[in-house]
Amino acid sequence: MNNILEIKNLTKVFPGVVALDNVNINIKKGEIHGICGENGAGKSTLIKILSGIYPKNTYKGSILLNGDAIAFKNNKDAKNAGIATIYQELSLVQELNIAENIFLNNEPSNKFGVIDNNKLFKETQKILEQVGIDSNFDEKVVNLSIGKRQIIEIAKALSKNVKILIFDEPTSALTDQEVETLMNILKKLKKKGLTCIYISHRLSEILQICDTITTLRDGKFIGTKVSKETNIKKLTKMIIGKDIEKIYPKEKIPIGETVLKVEDFCVYDKRGKKIVKNVTFELKKGEILGFYGLIGAGRTELFSGIFGAYPNRIDGNVYIQGKKVQIKSPEDAIRRGIFLLTEDRKRYGLFKDKTIKYNITISTLDKFIQNFTISEEKETIYTSEIYDKLSIKASSLNMYVKNLSGGNQQKVVFARALMAEPNFFILDEPTKGIDVGAKMEIHNLIKKIARSGVAVILIASELSEIIGMSDRVITMHEGKITGDEKIETIDRGSILNNIFGENLH
Amino acid sequence: MVNNHINNIKVNLNTSKINNIKRYSMYIALIFIWIFFTIMTDGTFMAMRNLSNLSRQVSIIAILATGMTLVIITGNIDLSVGSLMGLIGAISAVFQAWYGMGTLPVIIIAILFGSLIGLFNGYLISFAKIPSFVVTLAGLLMFRGLLIAINKGVTISPMTESYKFIGQAYLSKGVGYILCIAAILIYDLISIKSRSFKVKYNFKIESLNKFILKLALYNILIIIFTLIMNIYRGIPIPVIIMLAVIVVFTFVMQRTKFGRYIYAVGGNIEAAFYSGINTKLIILFVFIIMGALSSISGIILTARLNAATVTAGMNMELDAIAASVIGGTSFSGGIGSIPGAILGALIMASLDNGMSLLNMNVSWQYMIKGLVLLVAVLFDVYSKNKE
Repeated sequence: MNNILEIKNLTKVFPGVVALDNVNINIKKGEIHGICGENGAGKSTLIKILSGIYPKNTYKGSILLNGDAIAFKNNKDAKNAGIATIYQELSLVQELNIAENIFLNNEPSNKFGVIDNNKLFKETQKILEQVGIDSNFDEKVVNLSIGKRQIIEIAKALSKNVKILIFDEPTSALTDQEVETLMNILKKLKKKGLTCIYISHRLSEILQICDTITTLRDGKFIGTKVSKETNIKKLTKMIIGKDIEKIYPKEKIPIGETVLKVEDFCVYDKRGKKIVKNVTFELKKGEILGFYGLIGAGRTELFSGIFGAYPNRIDGNVYIQGKKVQIKSPEDAIRRGIFLLTEDRKRYGLFKDKTIKYNITISTLDKFIQNFTISEEKETIYTSEIYDKLSIKASSLNMYVKNLSGGNQQKVVFARALMAEPNFFILDEPTKGIDVGAKMEIHNLIKKIARSGVAVILIASELSEIIGMSDRVITMHEGKITGDEKIETIDRGSILNNIFGENLH
Repeated sequence: MVNNHINNIKVNLNTSKINNIKRYSMYIALIFIWIFFTIMTDGTFMAMRNLSNLSRQVSIIAILATGMTLVIITGNIDLSVGSLMGLIGAISAVFQAWYGMGTLPVIIIAILFGSLIGLFNGYLISFAKIPSFVVTLAGLLMFRGLLIAINKGVTISPMTESYKFIGQAYLSKGVGYILCIAAILIYDLISIKSRSFKVKYNFKIESLNKFILKLALYNILIIIFTLIMNIYRGIPIPVIIMLAVIVVFTFVMQRTKFGRYIYAVGGNIEAAFYSGINTKLIILFVFIIMGALSSISGIILTARLNAATVTAGMNMELDAIAASVIGGTSFSGGIGSIPGAILGALIMASLDNGMSLLNMNVSWQYMIKGLVLLVAVLFDVYSKNKE
C-alpha cells in the first residue's frame, strides 16, 4: 500500500516525562486516520512534531513524507511541505472577513503589495465551493458560528496546497448539526484524495469517519486497527489498558452527613443563555464525588458559580451543612469553608514571581497576624509543616514558584487550600499536565484529604481517573446532569452514553 | 521536623547573582552620577548647601514615587498625580491666602481632597473597569484645567509662616542627632532580629562578617547624612516627612496583609481573586493612598515655593514613574519595592539638580533623563530574560 506518511521510532522527552516512546505509525495516502488515547497519551505531542512546533533535533526518530525524510524547523516549514493543522482553538483573525482570513499572509497582490481584490474574491469563491458552503466572503469571522469558523479554517488550509490535514479535537465545541456538516466535508475531501489525521476523544465519531485507528497510551504505540474490525469496547480497552484498579487502589472511606446541597442551580453565559441547567446534587462528608463530561458540558461553570467566581448571572439554592447560603465571591466561599482549585493553575492559581511561602499563605494571612503584622515566624512554622506533609520538592520555602515543576506547583496550590482547612474541596482537573509520578502523589493526597473527613468534588476528563478516584460519579452533558451513580454499580458504557448524550451501542 | 527540609540549601546561583548585580548597579550608577557632577561643578554639587537642597528635591519625588510604586505593582498607572499636586497647592493657597484659614485645617482639607480624588480614580478603574491610563490621563487634563480655573492664571501667595515651615524649615540640630541615634538603634535591632530569625529556621543568610560590615556601612551613612545636614542648617522638614512615608510604606508592603495583597493583585489578579482577595477594594485603596501622598507632595511643594502656581507639579508624574521603574518596579505588575523607588527618586533628583547646576540646556536635561530611564529599563528586561 502507498504510505504518504511514515513515522519511525519517534521519541520525545520532556523534563520528567516521556511524551512519546518509540512510536511507529504509517498513514496511507487518501485515508482518514484516527488517533485516540487519553489526555497525556502523546497525541498533542505527535501533532506538534508533525506541524513543526517542536522543531527537529528536539525529538528522536524519523518522519518520511512520500518517502522523503522531513525535519521541520518551524510551523511554516510544515505548512510549506503540505501539512496543515486545524486546532481546537481556532487561529482566525476575528475582525477580518472570510476572504481576508483565508488568504492571510498569502494575499494575491501586485508588485507594490497592493491587494488584488478581484482575484481575492474569485479565489475565495472557488475554495468555498470546494468545502461546500456558501457564505458571504466579506462577512467578518467574529459573526460566524464556531462550526463555520472551523470550515473557514479548513478552507484556509486548502488554499495552500495541502497534502495532509490534521484535525485536533475538531468537534469538541460543535453542535450535532455542525458535526454532521464537518463529516460531510471530510468525506468530500477524502474523495478528492486528501489525507487526513483525525484526533478525537469521541470514539463514536472516530469509528464513523476514520478508515484506520491508531491508539496511543502513556506515549507508547498500542496498535493500529481497521475501523470496520473494531468497536467502542475494544477501543476503550486499548485506550485505558491495564486494570485501573491497580493504579487506583480502592479504599473505603466512611461517608458522613451531607455537607453541600445544590438545588436547581443554573448558570447563564454573557448573552443570557443557560449553560448549566437546573442542576441538583448532594455531597457528603468523606466522599469523593466525580464529575465527568465533555469539554463544554458545564462542569467548570457550575463550580465557579458555586464558588462565587462566575462573572455572569447564576441562580439556584446552595446549602452548606443544611444552611442556605449566598456566596457572592471567592472571599465568601473560602470563609464558608469551600476551596476551589482551578483547572488552569498557572492562570488562576499561582503567583509565579513570589516564593512558595507567599503562595501558600496568601489566602489565610489572618492566621499569622500578631500585633497587626504578619508574624514571619508563625508563617514559617505553619508553612513548613504543610510543606513537609505534601513533600514539595524545592530547595527552600523561599524558592520562587516559577522555578518549580508542574507537579510541585500543583502541590503548592493544594497547600494553600489545605491551609484554609475547608469543609470541602472542588478540584478541577487536578492532574492536568502533570507527569505520571506526581499524578500518583496527587491522587494519594486527594484520598488522604477525603480520609481526614473533607468532602471532595473531582472534575476530570480522564475516565480512568474519575472511575479510579471517585466514590460516586455524576455525568453531565450540555449543562444537564445525565447520570448519578455509585462507583460499585457503575458501568463504563453507560457513562459514555451519558456524557455524549447519545446511545452508542 | 520543621527544619529538616531547609537544611540542604542550594542557592540558585544564577538568579541570585543577577539579582545582586541588578540591586547594586543602581547604587553604582548613583555614585557615578554624584562623582560626575562633583567634578563638573568643581565641587559645588557636593557643597553642604546643595546637598541640603537636593535632599528637599528628593523628598517630593520620593513621596510621589512611593505611591506610584504601589500603583504600578498593582499593574496600573497614575498620570494625574502632577496635576493633582498643583491643584492641591491651589486649594490650600486659596483657603489660606484668600480666606485666612489656619495651617492645620488647610492640610486636613488638602489631604482629604486628594484622597477623594484617589477614590474617584480608583472607583472608575476598579469598579467601572476603565483602564487606569485613560482615567488618570483624563485626570491629568481635568485637574490642570481646574487649577487654572481656580488660580485664574495668576500665582496665589503668600502662605503663612507655619505653612511655609513644612517646606522650608529645618529640624533643630539636637533633635536631629537624637533622631540619628534612634534610627541607628532601630535599624540595628531590626537587622539583628531578622538575622537571628533566619538562623533559627536555617534560612539562607550572608556571612557574619558581611552582615557586620553592612550594618556598619548603614550606620556610618546615617551618621554622615545627619552630620552634613546639621553642618548646614539641620535636617529639612520635607526629608523627615519623606522618611516617615518610607518607613510606613516599607512596613506596610512587607509585613501587612494589605501589602501582600497589593503584590498578589499585580502578580496575578485572577489568582488573587480565586484566593479570596477582594481585588477591587485593594486597587481602590491603592489609588486613595496615591491621592493622599500626592497631596502631601503638593503641600510640601507649595510651602517651599511659598505660592501656588499654574505650572506647579507639571510633569511630576513622569519623574515619579521614572523613579519607580528605575528602582526595579515592573510594569507587568507584582514586582517592585519602596526602597528601590527611593533610590530611583535619588537618581532622578540628582540628575535634575546636577544638570541645573551646570546650567545645562533644558533640551539636554530632557534627553539625558529619558536616556537614563531607557537604560535602566533595558537592563531590567535584559536581566529578567537571563533568568
